[in-house]
Amino acid sequence: MLSKRIIVCLDVKNGRTTKGIKFRNNVDVGDPVEMAKVYYEEGADEIVFYDITASAEYRDIMIDVVEKVAQQIFIPFSVGGGVRTLDDMRRVLLAGAEKVSVNTAAVLNPKIIEEGAKAFGSQCIVLGMDVKKVTPTEKIPSGYEIVIHGGRTYTGIDALWWAKEAENLGAGEICLNSIDADGTQAGYEVNLTKLISENVSIPVIASGGAGVPEHLYEVLTTAKADAALIASMVHYGTYTIREIKKYLHNKGVKVRMVW
Amino acid sequence: MIAIIDYKAGNLTSVKRALGHLGYEAVITADPQEVLAADRVIFPGVGAAVSAMEDLKKTGMAEVLKEVYKRKIPLLGICLGTQIIFERSEEGGTECLGILPGTVKAFPDPLIDPKTKERLKVPHMGWNSVKLIKPHPVFSNIDPRAEFYFVHSYHPVPKYTELIYGITDYGVKFVSVVAHRGLVAVQFHPEKSGKPGLQILENFCQWRP
Repeated sequence: MLSKRIIVCLDVKNGRTTKGIKFRNNVDVGDPVEMAKVYYEEGADEIVFYDITASAEYRDIMIDVVEKVAQQIFIPFSVGGGVRTLDDMRRVLLAGAEKVSVNTAAVLNPKIIEEGAKAFGSQCIVLGMDVKKVTPTEKIPSGYEIVIHGGRTYTGIDALWWAKEAENLGAGEICLNSIDADGTQAGYEVNLTKLISENVSIPVIASGGAGVPEHLYEVLTTAKADAALIASMVHYGTYTIREIKKYLHNKGVKVRMVW
Repeated sequence: MIAIIDYKAGNLTSVKRALGHLGYEAVITADPQEVLAADRVIFPGVGAAVSAMEDLKKTGMAEVLKEVYKRKIPLLGICLGTQIIFERSEEGGTECLGILPGTVKAFPDPLIDPKTKERLKVPHMGWNSVKLIKPHPVFSNIDPRAEFYFVHSYHPVPKYTELIYGITDYGVKFVSVVAHRGLVAVQFHPEKSGKPGLQILENFCQWRP
């Protein structure tokens, strides 16, 4: 049977890996190419690069990072952040990424999902969703609202509705990030993940909040996520991927062990 | 020289990069002479069967691939490449190359896990294992517990069991490795399957059928 995937996320700013809490106070944690290589060797199932470079003039640095990574790691990896057009997608895929992820750009222009899926195949298109918990209203019945621009702008869009809509438009996968949990290391947003995972038929990657291996166990079993994204818990050397996978394996979760 | 068949089906460069990492030179080409002169041929692919077949016919690669098989030039099929080797695909009712007898079918809808009774997601995307039912040189030095990266909604159904080398379980048991004469074809992506995947590419590059 299919293994649950453990995906390592690297936030890249001006060609360096950084890590923030709730999208703020970013600190430098290393060279993305070197880090990706280490995680690959350790048994990461996939790697996600999220380009948080603010200025367009540094975008080429990211393409350079992607090209270098593609020559050294032989597992799927995706790139998100700053992908707005079909051309942006093409550049990233040609540089060697397996998938591209769209977030803010897809909310502002949902057609990008459809066009991307048509041009490169659904398996290439990941919808990144940044979600914040709100009081349920008529407009946001699920009580989870989509926010964009790195968590700064509320959109008035219901997260559950958007997930289904993106699937219909041709997204191949959803990377579901809870801004409330992001960087806290206090656990994933289990209710949100379960809600989305049970209501779409494409894979859901849970993101935001992983601090200890138990959190991954919870989100991959109770919340039915297909994959779990981790960052802080491995970037600071608290755990290795091997340790996390061993823990999950011993708890009966099917994960890919590196033999 | 290794020829990677160019048919606008994406993901060709990742195969070339993986070969480069192993120290093998490869060209991505749709030139019949270059392909027929190659020591080995890789037929990769991600995408839809219909448009892939259209392109293969247009460039003449459809006939060239049949010739590659006839001449016993070692040929490795990957993912969509593996599917197109068969006679027909349910994906858009596409007539394929017919190098091997058999068809390509979609996963059942809905696909239910017989153990948990839960609905499984399609495409089958992620890491899964391959149960080898008989040895093949291209699978030598591979730990039986190794897992490989899959992304697909269709799978081959060979007409003869003799062609079947590997089986994968995803709600149903489907054929993930077929081989015959100079041809070996896999449903997963060895170029994206970490070390065991690289080992398969290395074995293929050394294989003398």
